[in-house]
Amino acid sequence: MKKKDFPIFQNNKDLVYLDSAATSQKPQVVLDAMMDYYKNYNANVRRGLYPIAEKATAKVEEARDKVSEFINAEDPSEIIFVRNATEAINIVVESYTYPSIKEGEEIATTIMEHHSNFVPWQQLAIKKFLKFGYLDFDHNGNLFFVDELIKKAKSLAITHVSNVLGTINPIKEIIRNARKINKDIVILVDGAQSVPHMKVDVQDLDCDFFVFSGHKMMASTGIGVLYGKKKLLSRMEPFLYGGQMIQEVAIDRSTFADIPYRFEAGTLDIAGIISLGVAVDYLEKLGMEAIRNHEKKLTRYCLDQMEKIEGITLYGPKNAEEKGGIIAFNIERIHPHDIAQVLGDRNICIRAGHHCAMPLHTRLGVSATCRVSFGIYNETEDVDILVKGIQKVKKIFKA
Amino acid sequence: MKRTMNSAYRDEILEHYREPLNYGKLLSCTVSSKQTNPFCGDEIEIYVKFDKNFLGVLANPPPRWTWAIQEIAFTGKGCAISIAGASMLTEYAKGKTKKELTKFSQEDMLRLLGIEVSETRKKCALLGWSILQDCLSNN
Ligand SMILES: Cc1ncc(COP(=O)(O)O)c(C=O)c1O
Repeated sequence: MKKKDFPIFQNNKDLVYLDSAATSQKPQVVLDAMMDYYKNYNANVRRGLYPIAEKATAKVEEARDKVSEFINAEDPSEIIFVRNATEAINIVVESYTYPSIKEGEEIATTIMEHHSNFVPWQQLAIKKFLKFGYLDFDHNGNLFFVDELIKKAKSLAITHVSNVLGTINPIKEIIRNARKINKDIVILVDGAQSVPHMKVDVQDLDCDFFVFSGHKMMASTGIGVLYGKKKLLSRMEPFLYGGQMIQEVAIDRSTFADIPYRFEAGTLDIAGIISLGVAVDYLEKLGMEAIRNHEKKLTRYCLDQMEKIEGITLYGPKNAEEKGGIIAFNIERIHPHDIAQVLGDRNICIRAGHHCAMPLHTRLGVSATCRVSFGIYNETEDVDILVKGIQKVKKIFKA
Repeated sequence: MKRTMNSAYRDEILEHYREPLNYGKLLSCTVSSKQTNPFCGDEIEIYVKFDKNFLGVLANPPPRWTWAIQEIAFTGKGCAISIAGASMLTEYAKGKTKKELTKFSQEDMLRLLGIEVSETRKKCALLGWSILQDCLSNN
């Protein structure tokens, strides 16, 4: 759709990049914006009383406003800049759930989570002697909703789009059902794989927390977002203590700043925040619906081509309507790493392994899978090259 | 950018992968050790039977001897590089003394494989080696 906007493809002529679920490529406008900051108004924010500091501060707040509008938060103060989705989840676990939950109570997640939305909860359960329940999925990669679990759970941590199966969970419906039977449940949605690829409206979803990473949505690495409903964030203790997050410090006590600053201790990734603001502009200009349609078309085409390959197993939904641009597969008698390596030697970049989702792979009964994932810069010809590459792999391994 | 296609998948590697040598369990082993490579999900177990290797018949007491590998085998599943690595390593290790094998370094292992491995796949290439070192230090 927009390959020419991404300099990496000019600098690597035969690059077939099919690993956008790991991280996206960056458009020139994003790179320019970061360079512009460092070259023309590099200064720390919320401190200096001179023009470049004021400009940098304004740009950071402008990015907050853009992100807030992008996911339709009620107020920009609900947008907290963090390092990545992982950090955002850890903040919620440590600052919201840890202080408010008691031994013997129950928390819930799903077995299709990325480790970053699984391990923090699991460890919390161990530390606090909680019951740790999870929702399972069917052979098509669709979650089962379990009333008994949701009824008792204090919290539910659930991914919007699976980073392996590609499943788009019906989050709005799940949340509506969950609230119907448990009005106090606190729901965190991991949007790392949804925000970059489809329209997200956190108020419409009615989630309590929503997290994502900038680097998967065209921005730089090192910037992520924690969205939380104001009334929950306001109740939370700080996660990190230090500069920028205080109101007043006496020798023996401190009072803390309001949200969002209370959760933004220390100097932020200013260039990263600016890049995120520009990335949001870029995505909005293309239109989230157009992006989703383009990637859906690619996914459908790829599924069609792959189904013809002998010995292939595809995981997750087989219908492009029900999944993001992510396809996991295996080929009989060839280890995923060997497939990825042979493809990699031809500059076809796919991912192999457990994709930070070991419980999901245990559930599937395999130790690893190959994963192809799309971005807006991919075209059907990338799929053609991939399929030819897979045929070559099969030839080498005589499989 | 383009590395030579067959660098990691030369025929010898593929042969060892398809039909690994010394594959199977050793029931009467002295020590065994299992390790997984979380990166790939590879899992290999190596079984070793040590025996005394006498260094000369003439020795007046005390007789001089050293531990050496009498039998070695492995089981497991994994990618071509880790399986071929374990196959080639167990073949190499047969009859070698403990001392010789303790000196056998990571670099030696990569040389034995005879392929260029990227940083990310070193773990696969060295999985068998690491398990064998574990067997040696546990004996
Ligand atoms: C679904 C999902 N959640 C969370 C993450 C973690 O993102 P990050 O490593 O940027 O914190 C990822 C990224 O791989 C992901 O795919």
